[in-house]
Parts: sequence; C-alpha cells; structure tokens
Amino acid sequence: MKLMKQLLAMATIAFATAAQAAPAVEAPDVLVKRISQDVIDTAKSDKAIQAGDIKRVTELVESKILPYVDFQRMTALAAGRHWRDATPDQQKQLAAEFRTLLIYTYSGALSQIKNETVEFKPLRADPSDTEVEVRSQVNVARGEPVPLNYRVAKTPSGWKIYDINVLGAWLVETYKSSFASEISKGGIDGLIKTLSAKNKALASRPAAKAK
Amino acid sequence: MSESTKQSQGSLARIGLALAIAASVSACATGTNPRDPLEGYNRAMFKFNDTVDQVALKPVATAYKKVTPSFVQTGVGNFFGNLSDVWSAMNNLLQGKGEAGLQDVVRVSMNSTFGIFGLIDIASQAGIPKHNEDFGQTLGWYGVQSGPYVMLPLLGPSTVRDTAALPLDIAGDPWRYKDPAYVRNIGTVTRVVDKRAALLDATNLMEAAALDRYEFIRDGFLQARESKVFDGDTDRRDRKVPKNDSSDYEPEYEPKPQPANDAPAATAAAAVAPADLVTSGSNTVASEARPQE
Repeated sequence: MKLMKQLLAMATIAFATAAQAAPAVEAPDVLVKRISQDVIDTAKSDKAIQAGDIKRVTELVESKILPYVDFQRMTALAAGRHWRDATPDQQKQLAAEFRTLLIYTYSGALSQIKNETVEFKPLRADPSDTEVEVRSQVNVARGEPVPLNYRVAKTPSGWKIYDINVLGAWLVETYKSSFASEISKGGIDGLIKTLSAKNKALASRPAAKAK
Repeated sequence: MSESTKQSQGSLARIGLALAIAASVSACATGTNPRDPLEGYNRAMFKFNDTVDQVALKPVATAYKKVTPSFVQTGVGNFFGNLSDVWSAMNNLLQGKGEAGLQDVVRVSMNSTFGIFGLIDIASQAGIPKHNEDFGQTLGWYGVQSGPYVMLPLLGPSTVRDTAALPLDIAGDPWRYKDPAYVRNIGTVTRVVDKRAALLDATNLMEAAALDRYEFIRDGFLQARESKVFDGDTDRRDRKVPKNDSSDYEPEYEPKPQPANDAPAATAAAAVAPADLVTSGSNTVASEARPQE
C-alpha cells in the first residue's frame, strides 16, 4: 500500500513536472480569469448543474477549480499559530476536512449562477511578487456589484489560490476565530472531529435547489 | 408622525432595551476576543434575533420569494433601493466623493421619473453604478473607528460607531416621512421581507458553511463592513485604521517584517516538507517542494 502510494506520488510529480516543462508559468490574473470564465461558462450551460445536481457541481469544482487551490496553505492560515502544534497527520486530516467543507458549501453557490458576469480589475503587483491579490467583481441582477478577490501565491507548480474574499470578507480570516475557539475547546482533534461531523451532516442533506 | 406609530416604536424600543439589559446581565462573560468585548450580550441578542428570524421572518420571506412574481419582487427592491439612493447620495457628498454622489443623484432623478417612482431601475441599465453609503460609513471614512461589535435587537449586526449613526440614518430615510401611517408601516414590513428574501440564498449557504454561526457572522460582517466603509481602498483603510484582523492579538509564531499571512505559511512548509506526501490531489507537488521563505 505504501509502495503504491509512493509510486502514485512519483507518477503525479513526473506528470506535473512534464506538464510544466513547455510553457512559461501562467500569470496569476490570467489564470484566475481563465478558471473563472471556464467555471461560469460550464455552470451556465450545464442543465444538470442549473437544476442543482450537487454531484455534477462537485465534479466541476474538483476538475476545474481545486487543482488551482492550495488547501494546505489555506488551512494553515486558518489554524494560525496552532498549525505548528499539530502533527503532520493531524495537519493532513484537518486540511482534508476543511477542503471537503468548502467544496460542499460553496458548490451550492455555483449551481445558482444565472446571468452574472465577472469583471476583472487590473492587477497591481510587481513582476517579482510571489503573492498577489487578483481583484474582480461580479455584476449581479439586483444591487451593487459584488467584490470578489483572490489571494494567489506562486508555488513550484504554478500560481495557486489560497484565500478568497467576497464582499470584503476573507475566507481564511472568517474561519480563524471559529477554528481557534474549537481548538481551545477540544484541541486540534476536536476541530477535526467537528469538521468531520459537519461534513457528514452536509453529505446527507438533500441537494441544494437552485432558485 | 402619528401618535400610535410613535407609541409602537417607543414600545418596541422599550422591549428591545429590556431584553438587552436582561441579556447583558445574564451573560456577563468577559469576551476573550478583543474585537468583541460585548460577546456575552451579543451572543444572547444573536440568539434572540435568530429565534425571531427562524420563527417569523424567514418563513414569511421564503413564502414571499416563492409566491410573489419575480417582477414584483424586483419592483419592490428597486423602489426601496431608489429611496436609499437619496441618503447614499448625501453621504457620498459628505465624504467628498463628488462623482459617486452625483451618480446617486442622477440615479434618483432617472429612476423616479423614467423609472416610474423607482419601480424600474433604469439607471443601472444605463450603466450608472449603485452605491450604498450611510452615515456610519461617512464617520468611518473620516477615521472614526468602528468600535466593538454590537448585535442590535432585530436590526442585526452592527458596531458601536454605526449604532451611534443609526438615528441619522433613520432620519435620512425618505420613507419615514410617508403619510398615512398604515401605508408607511405596510411599506416597511414589505421592505424588510423583501430584503430578507434577497438574502435567503446567502444565509442558507452560510448555515452550511459556518462552524459557529455567531462567529462566522461576526467576523464576516466586521470585515465586510470595513471594506464597505473604505470601498475596498485598502491604502486608505490602513492609514485610518490600525490593522484589526486577528493578527492583532494572535502572536505570530514567526515574527517577520512581512505581512502576517506569510509566517504561518512558511512554518507550514517546514512542517509539511519532511513529512509524508500529502495526497490531496495536485497539492502533492506544491507541498513537497515549497521553497523556504
């Protein structure tokens, strides 16, 4: 089993490195724009997603968004100073549970995309920056446009998103207190347990219906 | 304003006040969060508001959303949105935002006339952006700190600064001066229900996403509010307001001259790199070979 795991890992590395070999690394704003457009186009054109089929939405998220998100970093930031107190195994579990939570909850939002368009603002960053903020806004049918920003960091395998901001609230920041209070109540294991229970509850909940 | 409305508003305020006092007396726990010193009171008030919402407002809003034709809902939203543009224009001008203020004035003129008393949002279709300013934001714009988080009875999350600004916001609402009183009250109820209906998807999402709804709402609200005050202009915010996210009280374990977010990431890399490969999809490569910062 361990050998299998290692072989799989090596294959992934080889594959990823090969994929990186030819073109230059895509710029962060170009990357985010491309993913964003891709996801929106798919969500709008897919009948099953429009009807609220949570499985299809999760597939969409996993194929088109997740490869570009750095959950490890996201979880580390949300856990704050407790991250280094966690064992590697706990870190792995925590990142996995957090990832599942985010997929479940925000997939539901994707199934509700109707006629919204996204506008990207010019990127304000030095070419040498390894962490940038990509800013955009979603033009909605009713009300003001919704600001939607991403924090993207440069990794050896390209730029990856590690935080997202909707209406001014950063995801990591918003979860920080919740994580901290769960950890203070039951330690890292307590937090993992809470997340895991929540994910089970979300899994058994009927699929969110699009309006 | 008629006597009966004054009385009902007065009694509502009295009920709110009584509940607030009761809540704060019974839940005097000192908050561990410096941003939320009133946490005991706030949690109690949140629970009260939430109960009212679950029992009364949410079902009505859900039914409203389901039953009312969408053009009616849009019309209601546009009508009250138009009224709020009036106060928003005023506040934009107070903040010295001439262009935004004039845009709001143009919005009101266009929508009230061509948009038939505001029912149709012609201005947005013409590309004139909508702003959403209030007096609390005006105070914040000039550097008045938000102060602690406060959960208001029935009105929801707020801050000390915004609560202080509330009487002016109420005075600046054109609908308040509508006579006769029963029309005004029906309008107010409709506005509240419509607003709640517009937020139904967001709140359902939040119920799924949050570990602790009180904290989720508090932290999300405080960030969103600050962003709204400065219209996303982080430079002005950093000049006017000391950095008020959790890095204030949570000591970063690797103090660096860089922004707070870097430190945990660097240490995370150090912790993960020598460990087993994390097989969470494509993160395998990233976590294995992340450079030390």
